[in-house]
Amino acid sequence: MKTKKKWDTRKTDYLERMSGAEPYINNGKVVAAEDTINVLEAVIRLFDRVNIEGNNQKQANFLAEALIKCDTQRIHDLYMVQSAVPLPVHLDMFEVGIAKKLDFAYGGPMGGRVAEAIKNGKLELGAIHTYLELFARYFIDLTPRVSLICAYEGDADGNLYTGFNTEDTPAIVEATKFSQGIVIAQVNKLVDKVTRVDIPGEWVDMVIESPKPFFLEPLFTRDPANITDTQVLMAMMAIKGIYGEYGVKRLNHGIGFNTAAIELILPTYGEELGLKGKICTEFALNPHPTMIPAIESGWVESIHSFGGELGMQKYCEARGDVFFLGPDGTMRSNRAFSQTAGHYACDMFIGGTLQIDKYGNSSTATATRVAGFGGAPNMGCDAKGRRHPSDAWLKCGAEFTSQSEYLGPMPRGKRLVVQMLESFGEKMVPGFVDELDAWQLAKNANLALPPVMIYADDLTHILTEEGIAFMHKCRNLEERMAAIRGVAGFTEVGLAAKSTETKALRDKGIIKTPEDLGIDRQRANRSLLAAKSVRELVDWSDGLYDPPARFRNW
Amino acid sequence: MSKQLHEITFELKAQNPTDFVEDFAHFGVVGSGDMEVIIEQKNLDGAVKVKIVTPVTGYDEVWRRVLERFVNDTGVANASLEINDNNATPVVVSLRLRQALSEVD
Repeated sequence: MKTKKKWDTRKTDYLERMSGAEPYINNGKVVAAEDTINVLEAVIRLFDRVNIEGNNQKQANFLAEALIKCDTQRIHDLYMVQSAVPLPVHLDMFEVGIAKKLDFAYGGPMGGRVAEAIKNGKLELGAIHTYLELFARYFIDLTPRVSLICAYEGDADGNLYTGFNTEDTPAIVEATKFSQGIVIAQVNKLVDKVTRVDIPGEWVDMVIESPKPFFLEPLFTRDPANITDTQVLMAMMAIKGIYGEYGVKRLNHGIGFNTAAIELILPTYGEELGLKGKICTEFALNPHPTMIPAIESGWVESIHSFGGELGMQKYCEARGDVFFLGPDGTMRSNRAFSQTAGHYACDMFIGGTLQIDKYGNSSTATATRVAGFGGAPNMGCDAKGRRHPSDAWLKCGAEFTSQSEYLGPMPRGKRLVVQMLESFGEKMVPGFVDELDAWQLAKNANLALPPVMIYADDLTHILTEEGIAFMHKCRNLEERMAAIRGVAGFTEVGLAAKSTETKALRDKGIIKTPEDLGIDRQRANRSLLAAKSVRELVDWSDGLYDPPARFRNW
Repeated sequence: MSKQLHEITFELKAQNPTDFVEDFAHFGVVGSGDMEVIIEQKNLDGAVKVKIVTPVTGYDEVWRRVLERFVNDTGVANASLEINDNNATPVVVSLRLRQALSEVD
């Protein structure tokens, strides 16, 4: 029997909430900065699912600062669903009780406070996600009721220009608006006509010009001056032993000095090996300043970016053959699409980590910090839905010894997932361990699972100063553990290696040392870097790269 | 707080020794760099005498293993090795030792 049911309660609720904000909205959709708290109190209800836009790059920090000043009698116990919580205000929200629950992807510098807040009962953690995983849930069971976003420009009709730093905005706005939620944007500048419509005005309810531009973190900038000789040695092994060996053309680089070293020796060592045009032609990658010499030397055909990197905007705009520019001539990043590209269209992920256990699971989690992994796990895994072939993917799949255990003789490719790790890190902290600190963290912060960045079954190569372990070529767990021991240097894990066993693995091509690869250790020094300082990056860019003040030391 | 320096000494012998032929070799800087190594020819009955001065304690066994491997891999003999360490990791130690030796080759 059909009962009478209302099918527009969301819409009714939306209109009711918006009527409370009406007195503060003028000239179309404009709200004055001083009325921000008033409109937030009008449209947000207790227990609401709320998104504050922010990832590891841009932050809607003005709206976050306003939300925490709201009357806690009226607004409390919010359920925050947002990519990242890297600012102190994001955690203050839980301290004062405005927020109670959190589902997120990246904590970065606030990782310690997240763990603490969970422990003292101020924060109820749903789960740690990857970016793409969290965006997916925005469209299923974590749809925000109210989203507080940020843009470079906005107009009175609500049109937004997010440009270079478009990042997460389209995903958040689409999920929120198409479920009759409320979208409030802070913009750096109110304009008559936006440079380009990145978000249509219809999808935005209110536009507020913030007193200061939104916060932007240059997370992907690495100063070449800090790259060590060991990192150069590992970069040489990566290029000769992996990139060249597999002919890796489409890839993503994780953040860090290890990958910065690789980027900076492409025009020197890579050129010398005759690999130009054969490797590193297409990337899903933020605009890393350390990519400038390789781009300028003609190595790179295309880069699609998750976000924008502070100081790189003008350079990207001047290299329209490489970066994705709009008809207006400025770049547009897009995290959802770039993560999808990193997952499905790249043949390799290579990045650093803090710890690898004796089985090959790797994590950057420490015992007291819930930092999350951002997008790394989506690229640092085999994309099981992938069906299109490429040479590198097919070669890696053909070498994947234990695949036939599941598929019989059916051929299938495999993504190369490479972790670079010096056996000892700073302060002599061992990189190879019996048990990941993630287990302790799971206990300390009451997590259902130890947070693992890359699982052993996805990991194909471990690269240390000792050599490369080809994990996927191993027959079973026992052989994989021996391969890890063989490249784990003088750590406890490495000291357990038997020289006969390691020798046998070298004979089988499962371990390759610099000598096996024909790499001269004498050449492993900083003179191979195409740029040795930020200043030299600026020179390579013809002055187009404008590094943030903290990276200028001249 | 002053940094207490820690001294480690031991002797090693290569399995397939070849004499160190130079009188003296010096490599690296300890002040602005990570470590310096001084190699001197000494008649030690084929042995290698190692002295390490380091601010780090608790890694004597690791140092021994790193040096053991260096001596066995290179066969260096009849030499004294003096290492002044400024927080170099074993990786860097191995790299610098090999660089030092090939400088004189």
